[in-house]
Amino acid sequence: MTRRAATTPSDRRPHVERRISTRHEPDRIDVDAMLADRRTRIIVCCGAGGVGKTTTAAALALRAAEQGRTVCVLTIDPARRLAQSLGLVELDNTPRPVQGIDAGAGGSLDAMMLDMKSTFDEVVIAHASPEKAAEILANPFYVALSSSFAGTQEYMAMEKLGQLHAEGRWDLIVVDTPPSRSALDFLDAPERLSSLLDGRFIKLLLAPAKGPARLFSAGLGIVTAALNKVLGAQVLRDMQTFVAAFDTLFGGFRQRAEATFSLLQAEGTAFFVVAVPEPAAMREAAYFVERLEADDMPLAGLIVNRVHDESAAGISAADAESAAPRLARGRAAERRTAELLDVHAERMRLAERENRLRDRFSAAHRNVEVVPVPALETDVHDLDGLRRIGDHLGTPQRA
Amino acid sequence: MANSTPLHIVTGKGGTGKTTVAAALALALAGRGRKVLLCEVEGRQGIAQVFDVPPLPYEERRIATSDAGGHVYALAIDPEAALLEYLQMYYRLGRAGRALDKFGIIDFATTIAPGVRDVLLTGKVYEAARRRDERTSAFVYDAVVVDAPPTGRITRFLGVNDDVAGLAKVGPIRSQSESIMAMMRGPQTAVHLVTVLEEMPVQETLDGIAELTGAGLPVGYVLVNMVRPSLLSQDTVDALQDGRLTAKTVAPVLRDVGLPSAAAPTLVAGGLGHIERQRLQDEQRAIIEDCGRPSVSLPLLTSGVDLGALQELAEPLAPLEDAR
Repeated sequence: MTRRAATTPSDRRPHVERRISTRHEPDRIDVDAMLADRRTRIIVCCGAGGVGKTTTAAALALRAAEQGRTVCVLTIDPARRLAQSLGLVELDNTPRPVQGIDAGAGGSLDAMMLDMKSTFDEVVIAHASPEKAAEILANPFYVALSSSFAGTQEYMAMEKLGQLHAEGRWDLIVVDTPPSRSALDFLDAPERLSSLLDGRFIKLLLAPAKGPARLFSAGLGIVTAALNKVLGAQVLRDMQTFVAAFDTLFGGFRQRAEATFSLLQAEGTAFFVVAVPEPAAMREAAYFVERLEADDMPLAGLIVNRVHDESAAGISAADAESAAPRLARGRAAERRTAELLDVHAERMRLAERENRLRDRFSAAHRNVEVVPVPALETDVHDLDGLRRIGDHLGTPQRA
Repeated sequence: MANSTPLHIVTGKGGTGKTTVAAALALALAGRGRKVLLCEVEGRQGIAQVFDVPPLPYEERRIATSDAGGHVYALAIDPEAALLEYLQMYYRLGRAGRALDKFGIIDFATTIAPGVRDVLLTGKVYEAARRRDERTSAFVYDAVVVDAPPTGRITRFLGVNDDVAGLAKVGPIRSQSESIMAMMRGPQTAVHLVTVLEEMPVQETLDGIAELTGAGLPVGYVLVNMVRPSLLSQDTVDALQDGRLTAKTVAPVLRDVGLPSAAAPTLVAGGLGHIERQRLQDEQRAIIEDCGRPSVSLPLLTSGVDLGALQELAEPLAPLEDAR
């Protein structure tokens, strides 16, 4: 997992074939070609909460597996019934084969659900001596950090991705990202870790354990006094023990975090931003896209779920709206047709709004390809549902 | 006398319109002469977007006047600013506060040390909900509404002070954490869950209610958002379902009003799709009605969100005034 030579974004995606489009819409990527390309090793699905990230990740993984790839899908917090359909009944941090997939093309699919606490524990156990590990695992700060506090999930999702990749058992890993409050916390994790390690605060906490306090400037007295006052001496002591015990781990941690970061930037990784055609979700998607570009992450495209079909019925919303009232007071067939026109007009208006949002996004991000996935009548919670989503993702077609 | 002003925490699965509903609730609670504070805690500037105003600073400012003549104030809580303010307010750490900043402690506390963010965010809500006018000693706000983190994170967010109280066995942090938890569990607080009538959000709402209840946090209303009215009369539904209304019946009617008769099959399929969506919606509504908590239905806004639309949503939210 060494950092590779910098490549331009277009070099990084040789496997993305663009379909020549005759319509005024961005070209769309050939997702099937991308899944089939053995150079694609990691796919990351990111986006706001509630846009169908997990479903998209599972659908991509299933499609790749049924096309012959050896795939593992790492999910963070799947809906219960979707988890059951993937055979994810227990949260034991181990990828398990998904039953019921079509292995005709020689592929396979394993799925796992992230257990952040045991992932964290494993890292500690792997990097510290048994006594040190026991001391850390029992420290109240560690227990809180690894199990209940927000933020750890992002660190551990990326840690797990690095582990799965290093195992080398799969030729494609599909990751679903945590529903972070600040969109790309998982990208920030390595840097946050580094700044934690280099922080003067850590050195300050370590000072009493490591050497004479006079190494620190005059500010030290004020700071420790302030901390004592606010936190109480016992909290400070617990924190010091924790940081001191953790000190030996920090180097390894930083290395791993940096390795994962370059893995994400590397050739073979593809990011999909997932959204739904609603203002807030599209705004968030634009933010994700900009952030990924700023961090030089290989963005494959934007998947827009739950798009309503603007079907070729030949009646515009305005025509339907003007005809309906004229029919509303007529015979039974006319009254009923008027109501059907109302339903049609509502759908057309919705489709128009969604198209406007997509157009606005595309105008601002001309180089980002968009893959629309039509709204299904029901939620997806079995392999057949995932296959249907996969068909829409894979087959170049206009939604 | 109550220890704090009524506190409404609004959570919900992502994509259910949590921020919009929180904004509408703030308007609903802002009766004549009343002041309501609407807080956001996730740094998304969602309130500014809903009310179409420039990004909010870390400062309480008036952003809307309700139809009833009350005022809504908004505050985007920023953890760093909250920490410095907190240190200043409770410990008068002017100079030491700056020293903490210099040592990277403010940064450590608010971005790296997980959980501290949530402590600061809930701590600021606590402060605002208890703040009293120095002269009259009445609460400054008649209600505080929080656009809180999503359902998946809400119990951890509200319960974070329990964790801290567990870590700090004595000292001011412990007592502060305990007071915050007492308010979160207190009679003035209600956690409302926003959902839409779809399977996954409804399931998550039920899980959320169980989790909050298990953690001793008071669940208020289920706020059912984006409810789509049926556009078809029972007569038309029956006719579609028993095959009396088909493309063949619709086509001549379309022709008579100058519309393409070829569209008839699409219209009929659209009608059947509408019936199916209404059926799924009714199914989920029945589950919500069975969940043991009161609920309120809010209509789908088809023309986007503006102040007028928020007022429309505010009306059905009036009963939450005495939700607890």
